[in-house]
Amino acid sequence: MISVNGLHKQFGNLEVLKGIDVKVNKGQVIVVIGPSGSGKTTLLRCLNILEMPTSGSITIDDETGDFSKPVGKRKIDLLRRKSAMVFQHYNLFPHMTALQNVMEGPVIVKKLPKAEARKKAEQLLNKVGLGDKLDFYPHQLSGGQQQRVGIARALALEPKVMLFDEPTSALDPELVGEVLQVMKDLAGEGITMVVVTHEMRFANDVADEVIFMDEGKILERSKPSEMFTHPKEERTKQFLNLIQ
Amino acid sequence: MKMARTMKFQKDGSVKMFWNNLTIEPEKMERYLDIAQSSLLPLLEGALVYTLPLTLITFSLGLMIAVLTALARISTIKPLQWIARFYVSAIRGTPLLVQLFILFYGLGSIGIVIDPFPAAIVGFSLNVGAYASEVIRAAILSIPKGQWEAAHMIGMSYSQSLRRVILPQATRVSIPPLSNTFISLVKDTSLASLILVTEMFRRAQEIAATTYEVLLLYTEVAMLYWIICFILSLIQGRLEHRFDRYVAR
Ligand SMILES: Nc1ncnc2c1ncn2[C@@H]1O[C@H](COP(=O)(O)OP(=O)(O)OP(=O)(O)O)[C@@H](O)[C@H]1O
Ligand SMILES: [Mg+2]
Repeated sequence: MISVNGLHKQFGNLEVLKGIDVKVNKGQVIVVIGPSGSGKTTLLRCLNILEMPTSGSITIDDETGDFSKPVGKRKIDLLRRKSAMVFQHYNLFPHMTALQNVMEGPVIVKKLPKAEARKKAEQLLNKVGLGDKLDFYPHQLSGGQQQRVGIARALALEPKVMLFDEPTSALDPELVGEVLQVMKDLAGEGITMVVVTHEMRFANDVADEVIFMDEGKILERSKPSEMFTHPKEERTKQFLNLIQ
Repeated sequence: MKMARTMKFQKDGSVKMFWNNLTIEPEKMERYLDIAQSSLLPLLEGALVYTLPLTLITFSLGLMIAVLTALARISTIKPLQWIARFYVSAIRGTPLLVQLFILFYGLGSIGIVIDPFPAAIVGFSLNVGAYASEVIRAAILSIPKGQWEAAHMIGMSYSQSLRRVILPQATRVSIPPLSNTFISLVKDTSLASLILVTEMFRRAQEIAATTYEVLLLYTEVAMLYWIICFILSLIQGRLEHRFDRYVAR
């Protein structure tokens, strides 16, 4: 489903991704962990082309972008459509209701008829447990509710891959569970997911594999049980000790 | 008409006192009221035919210029940035009155004759455009980067992101400062009198010149400007309230 080859990303002189190679199969849930500044967010953003990779290639589904040469707008659009992102700070549109937030992509970008988009948005909001909050503005919702709208908004795009960048790290502890539960349900439906998170319980319960990133590289990749009990790399051990 | 008013004032003792204290003879007062009343219609006509249209047209045109200028300023295309900067700097760095004189008398003197009203439209639009562009630019820049990203994430193009996500939010931020620009504009249109537009203030000048009641006329026209601006500030309040719907308080 995802195939990343030799992905590099540089900000000026700072090389943030130093050659990333990843493959993710259809339906897999991959959790990405690693110290702050290791490039986790940058990797996700490159997958959604919110950040233009410096070189390397990204394939999602049947769409490939080769960033060794200039990539056209059309290509970026096609590749971006394959994934959808859930942001750490939700980034909901504050001037739109929950329903409008979810409908916006289908109506404006995919030109779906309004009635149809509305029905779909209602279903999705129901699914994330917000069927009774359709007409609420983001500021009228709790953090956990906002993030669930964020998930519904991403799902409305019908992406092949869902990308989550620390979706619960801005939440009060008591609100983390409701968001993780929604993500668990999605994983159960066989949606391909790449999740950056420090929720080790979630990784352990839901992830098919865990990737450990450090200084712009993938150091280690294995099943969660193995990663958490027998990490191969010294850096991984140090990191896991730190956060546990 | 005169009778009616006299009687009305006679009924009211305090007004009589007022006259006596200020030692304004009733005849003089009558003349004031008469002129104030008979000048009201021409003044209001000046407001309805010139002051308000001039304000509304130039504010609309100015806003369009302002949005384009703001977008040029934040674009990554250098020449666009330069043109926008040059324009804003030139307009903000020179007096509005001088700009109007250049457009009307200056251009007229080299054979490019523009009628007073169109000249005023051009002058005020360019002026509003420059000032409002700074407001709009600041408002656009005040919208968090995450909003652009979310818009791109759901597949929007630059112009879709701008129209659907950024500008609606920037509008809310801009309403208070733009209202100030608008209210200033109402008053600034009085400068058009100096390029022969017969707007409200010029009417007042004309009537003052024939009646010699200078203080009366200028006070009257001041009151009219004040009333217009007061109504506008009420509308501003309502607008702000409407746009505050989606903001946490
Ligand atoms: N737009 C940018 N311009 C310059 N440097 C950037 C930019 N975005 C990220 N960086 C740098 O890239 C490095 C990796 O950042 P990134 O956000 O990907 O790390 P992360 O692994 O997500 O960290 P965290 O756990 O703190 O979220 C950091 O050193 C960061 O300062
Ligand atoms: Mg991050």
